[in-house]
Amino acid sequence: MLGLARKLRKAGVVGLNARNRGYIMHYNPRALYELVDDKVLTKRLAMQAQIAVPRLYGLIGTVHDAKFFQNMLTGINDFVIKPAHGSGGNGILVIARRKNDLFYKPDGVAIDAGEVRHHIVNILGGMYSLGGLPDQAIIEYRVHFDPIFNTLSYNGVPDIRMLVYRGVPTMAMLRLPTRQSDGRANLHQGAVGVGINLNTGQTTLGVYRNRRIFEHPDFDTRLSGWQIPGWEELLLLSARCYEFAPLGYLGVDLVLDARLGPLMLELNARPGLNIQIANGRGLAHRLRAVDAAITDTADAVQRVAISKTLT
Amino acid sequence: MRNLHVYLLILLLLISGLGLMYLKVTRLGLPLQPGKESYIWTVEAEVEFDGRSRSTSIQLQLPAEQPEFVKLDEYFIARNYGLNIETQGRKRSAEWSIRRARGPQRLYYQADLVEVPAADVVPIADERTPRPPEKPEYPDALALAVEGLLNEVRSESSDIFTFVSQLLVRLNNLTSGSEIQSITKGIVPGTDAWVERIRYVLAGAQITTRMLQGLSLEDGKVNESLVPWLEVHNGTRWEGFNPLTGDKGYPANFLRWSVGSDPILSVKNGKNEQVNFAVTRRPQALTVIAHDRAEAMRSPLVAWSLFKLPINTQYLYRILIMVPLGALVVVFMRIIIGIPTFGTFMPVLIALAFRETELLWGISLFLFIVGTGLLFRFYLNNLRLLLVPRLAAVLTLVVMLMLGISLLSNELGLVQGFSIALFPIVIMTMVIERMSISWDESGALEAFKNGFGSLAVAVLGFLLMNYDQAQHLMFVFPELLLVVLALCLLLGSYTGYRLNELFRFRDLATASVEDKEKENAGTGA
Repeated sequence: MLGLARKLRKAGVVGLNARNRGYIMHYNPRALYELVDDKVLTKRLAMQAQIAVPRLYGLIGTVHDAKFFQNMLTGINDFVIKPAHGSGGNGILVIARRKNDLFYKPDGVAIDAGEVRHHIVNILGGMYSLGGLPDQAIIEYRVHFDPIFNTLSYNGVPDIRMLVYRGVPTMAMLRLPTRQSDGRANLHQGAVGVGINLNTGQTTLGVYRNRRIFEHPDFDTRLSGWQIPGWEELLLLSARCYEFAPLGYLGVDLVLDARLGPLMLELNARPGLNIQIANGRGLAHRLRAVDAAITDTADAVQRVAISKTLT
Repeated sequence: MRNLHVYLLILLLLISGLGLMYLKVTRLGLPLQPGKESYIWTVEAEVEFDGRSRSTSIQLQLPAEQPEFVKLDEYFIARNYGLNIETQGRKRSAEWSIRRARGPQRLYYQADLVEVPAADVVPIADERTPRPPEKPEYPDALALAVEGLLNEVRSESSDIFTFVSQLLVRLNNLTSGSEIQSITKGIVPGTDAWVERIRYVLAGAQITTRMLQGLSLEDGKVNESLVPWLEVHNGTRWEGFNPLTGDKGYPANFLRWSVGSDPILSVKNGKNEQVNFAVTRRPQALTVIAHDRAEAMRSPLVAWSLFKLPINTQYLYRILIMVPLGALVVVFMRIIIGIPTFGTFMPVLIALAFRETELLWGISLFLFIVGTGLLFRFYLNNLRLLLVPRLAAVLTLVVMLMLGISLLSNELGLVQGFSIALFPIVIMTMVIERMSISWDESGALEAFKNGFGSLAVAVLGFLLMNYDQAQHLMFVFPELLLVVLALCLLLGSYTGYRLNELFRFRDLATASVEDKEKENAGTGA
């Protein structure tokens, strides 16, 4: 057991205790959490910083408003409802199309307006918010993901998690929803994570339920060797997020929209550690390399340059 | 830098916590084991006399303070008498007085005493060396015998103590010559007068002596009188001698009642006065004795003792003081082992709930109620209720379930059903809600993982919090909270892997495929 611990340390694997005490506590001051925990605020700040985000259709703050949520959606066929203070991808309802007062989820299951309303009311009651506090519900643009991922994703939006350390994209992974994850891209819910080579933007190997895998569990598609389109832009986008949310240990979730290109979905102040398994390597060496190369005055372009030297 | 700070703090906390505990164990004799008992001696002096229907006063000598015993309490029992306690140097005496005492009179003095462990006896710093007595003018009849005896003993002894010892042997020897016998003629061996006569003879050699009167403490003694004892000063210290054998030392458990030749009891305007002594002992928990003794000694170590609180508050603190220990278990299981639980301190709350129910019964109750509650919660989900009313509905169901169980177990003649307090109800409701949300969001597997993780940690916490030895230590030595604090800080500064992470990241312990390929390419080239 101690031998295993030694091997992991040698591989530079960062554990939860080390992440919490060494990085999150050190680089993510509590006062800045609101910037990423409040998704409405994040969206507004990102727009000010000219970072593309999914359009906000409406914000629901009261049960009364929830009754008339459909008023906000005139002429809109598909949308996403999520809590403003959610965590871990909880409480997200995706509606892929509407027909005759019925709302169809991406897997084809239809629900009626009452069920949508109930979901909104649950969000307002704080069911998905951190600490169970009353919350707001966000209705926003549903991403139409780039067809490149069609053979890699099961009923959901694949996204790219970028770990941005002191403004430098330090590790990246592609997150693919599976049958198991019910269309969600969160690894702890059963999504697949695929490591990405920072320099080339090509996928490497995958992780599913903490194990290393080489094929998608639902489609048997090979996971490695896919080129992420617009990789340079994605790197720059995530590096720039550090400027309006200056958390030193930041998770940036990005999507590739078929029409709009890269969009920033949300930020995370406590990004998970599975990204290490997906990339087949520990974080510690890269974090140290960033510490050695970074200067306080480096701009986003320079930080991306550092990022591309990391292996 | 930060780590050094933390480690110094931890060290400081450990030293102060364990140090205080060490002092309390060694200085106050507080037991490390629960349930240890020792004895409290109750010594009683009963004064009897016949009144003469006149203004009467009684003076009784009281035991002086002495290093071997600590007096916890004393009582004076005498109806209609006025009481005055006089202290003169190290001597104490009680003076009772009454306008008119008619017929047989009885007065009592009682003292509760605890022995000081032999190792802790601090001899009283002796007063000035007493001045040796004047050589008495012996009457002619005695002079020759005393001189003869003293000369004889002097030639066979090396110092004052052996001198006294030899002299006592000779005086007590029935086969001694008639000259020596004549010195103690008509005096009953072992009485006050006997000791006084010995002192009288020793004064001839200018040896400082005094008479002690005391009691050898033994359970069940009644109608005892004080035992006279001889004490001899050799210029540096006092030493006791058995006036009947010449053996050095004191009787076992010897309580000195009076020092010197003053009478123990004197009654003005009374007749047939006498004083009898009785000794009893009763067992008492060592913790209580130690605290009483420390208080009597005015030790600052017990100034903050929990034993000073009222009993029902003490009971509450017996539970509360264990909570940090339960929290420590949760912290350990999370930081070192990595067991997932609902919230951080939910397991502590569940463990506290188990206190009210017993463990096995508690676990089955927990599983049954949480299981049924979950089913109910999923049913309510279909009704699309608002969050807070839904919580209230689940709470109501939990109360109804408990009510049903209580009634049923009453019907079946089981008692445990009743030992359900208010406390667990809220906790179970919280568990149900947290578990159902986790179920909805992360799937049944995650919900059960967290649920059973919480339950397992709760059981461990309960076992520790209910461990007699741990309870005893925490309650008697609340300074151990500093040690718990130190351990929390220590765990808080741990940045190593959790046990489950070794499993989680095991694939990373073997070199990645890419790296292997590189290595192969390297060796190939």
